Amino acid sequence: MKAMVKELIQYRHLLMMLTWRDIRIRYKQSVMGFMWAIFMPLLIVAAGIVVKKGISIISGKPLELSDLASITVKALPWAFFIGTIRFSTGSLVGNRNLVTKIFFPREVFPLASVLANLFDFGIASAALVVILGFMGVGISVYLLWVPFLLLFLILFSAGLGMLMSCANLFFRDVKYIVEVILTFAIFFTPVFYEASIFGKWETLLLLNPVGSILECINTVVVLRRPPNYYWLSYAASCGIGLFLLGWNVFHRLEYSFAENI
Amino acid sequence: MSNVAIEFCHVYKKFKKGEKFDSLRDFIPHLTRKILSNASNGDLREKEFWAVKDVSFQVGYGEAVGIIGPNGAGKSTILKLLSGILLPNKGTFKVNGKISALIEVGAGFHPDLTGRENIYLNGAILGMNREEVREKYDSIVEFSELEEFIDTPVKRYSSGMYARLGFSIAAHVDPQILLIDEVLSVGDFSFQQKCLKKMHEIIDSGTTIIFISHNLPAVIQLCPKTILLNRGAVHQFGDTKDVCRQYYKIFSQTRKVDEGDSLSLEGVELFSSNGSPVTVFRPGDPAKIRFSIGSKIEIKDLVMSLFIKRNDGMVLFDTRSDLSGNKYFSFSEGETKEIDLSFKVNLPQGTYYVGMTLIAPSQGFCLYQDEAIEFYVDAPKSTGYAFLDLKW
Repeated sequence: MKAMVKELIQYRHLLMMLTWRDIRIRYKQSVMGFMWAIFMPLLIVAAGIVVKKGISIISGKPLELSDLASITVKALPWAFFIGTIRFSTGSLVGNRNLVTKIFFPREVFPLASVLANLFDFGIASAALVVILGFMGVGISVYLLWVPFLLLFLILFSAGLGMLMSCANLFFRDVKYIVEVILTFAIFFTPVFYEASIFGKWETLLLLNPVGSILECINTVVVLRRPPNYYWLSYAASCGIGLFLLGWNVFHRLEYSFAENI
Repeated sequence: MSNVAIEFCHVYKKFKKGEKFDSLRDFIPHLTRKILSNASNGDLREKEFWAVKDVSFQVGYGEAVGIIGPNGAGKSTILKLLSGILLPNKGTFKVNGKISALIEVGAGFHPDLTGRENIYLNGAILGMNREEVREKYDSIVEFSELEEFIDTPVKRYSSGMYARLGFSIAAHVDPQILLIDEVLSVGDFSFQQKCLKKMHEIIDSGTTIIFISHNLPAVIQLCPKTILLNRGAVHQFGDTKDVCRQYYKIFSQTRKVDEGDSLSLEGVELFSSNGSPVTVFRPGDPAKIRFSIGSKIEIKDLVMSLFIKRNDGMVLFDTRSDLSGNKYFSFSEGETKEIDLSFKVNLPQGTYYVGMTLIAPSQGFCLYQDEAIEFYVDAPKSTGYAFLDLKW
């Protein structure tokens, strides 16, 4: 473990360069430019409004501004999560040339995908802060939880990304499976709705670590309340646990990448 | 502390023929079979073969060693093992020092990025940090001669420009051990000369180099010692010129002709002009060579050919008795004949080999002797391919 960290620190320049490359090519020769970072969250929010409106018509409760705020707050981390998983799944196979030709820790590929998506997330968050200000969502001391919650999400995404990238290296069908799951995962995760509307089934939804992280973010940002500490610690242990597991598995399989790709 | 930079100890690496398992559906039955047939890592399973077989060698610090061999001999596999991309199945190896591998020029280039951006990216891939690249940036661009196009995306580059930029970056990483796989075959003649010069500089600066190439003259120029690989095993490891000659010898086409055993070369001798046997000549000396050939059968009208090779395997002279002398050779059953040929040693300094063949024009080779005899020319003041006896 210590050696793995040391190796990664040694190659930090490469990690930064690959991240920069991933960002650079996304904005190069593209019509949308930086709009791209906001495009996907924007679509998610739009879809969320439609769903929410439907729910409010059925339940008879009017659609409130805070509902829109929570959809927006959840849409961004969700977009980051699926973006990261999607890009990191293909990151090893997409860099086949480098994997088979030059030696360096291969972790840098999925990790660069995480960082590149984090960059997009950062841009979108800047826009989000402005929007939330207009919506009248104020500041509270509980906002201090946000960096930790994001860290857990990043660790979880990085761990899953590393697992998926090496799974896809060995079996090319993983990419399609991941794609299908990511498309429908939004229905199983409390993005458009609050987990609480499911009553006693709430626990089941929050068992999805991404779900509990999103709920916690919503609680501290929009509702301005302390997060549920049970679910917070569950999300934290899932994030850290999956990251360590993913990294270890990745590291163990790393040596066989070049001949199996 | 020893001065060994690289040490290979009985290294084996196997690869698999045929399709790999790309999808889960194919993999599960394979996995169960693998578990049931408990073959160990060191044995070959079905459809597997050794890409590198029992390879051992040592390279000292500051040495330049070439690796040559036909396609599929395992050259690149050895480099990949050395750089850590592949792990050996059996055996161990040691590498002392920071390694940098040039397995493919421009492998890390991204087509959409400009030359400038790719220099930074590829520099990082080859193990340099941002500061180092910034320091060397100017000399990289200057070496590549691409100043005009440095802000153009590399997808618009010609393949020569692409390769030139790639080599320039790679040449500016200064590792302790440099692994190079066939990267000199890039660019035009003048750029190749420049690359060779740069490589000499790298070697002179004390870097250990492993150089893989099919460009034998370049190997001879750069590396004093060379490994010849064939089918994954070391065929020969020694002086580059000898190894190159061996390479030409085992893989030349003539080797494959069917030789009968009815004719045999029983002796070869070289004589000087006064008739005494010698093996060292001065350039321009007259020389006589005597072949003693025995035949078990009666055979008529054989054509003899004679050729002279330099010690790096290059054929300098080749002629046939029917074309240049209208001469044929006949043997009766059980006869041993002495054939005397005289020539002038118009050769510069070096070691040379005389080879001969006897051909029955309608049936093919009857006798083939690649290096029948070796001789030396002592001429410290001349180089090149031939001695022209110039008068100043």
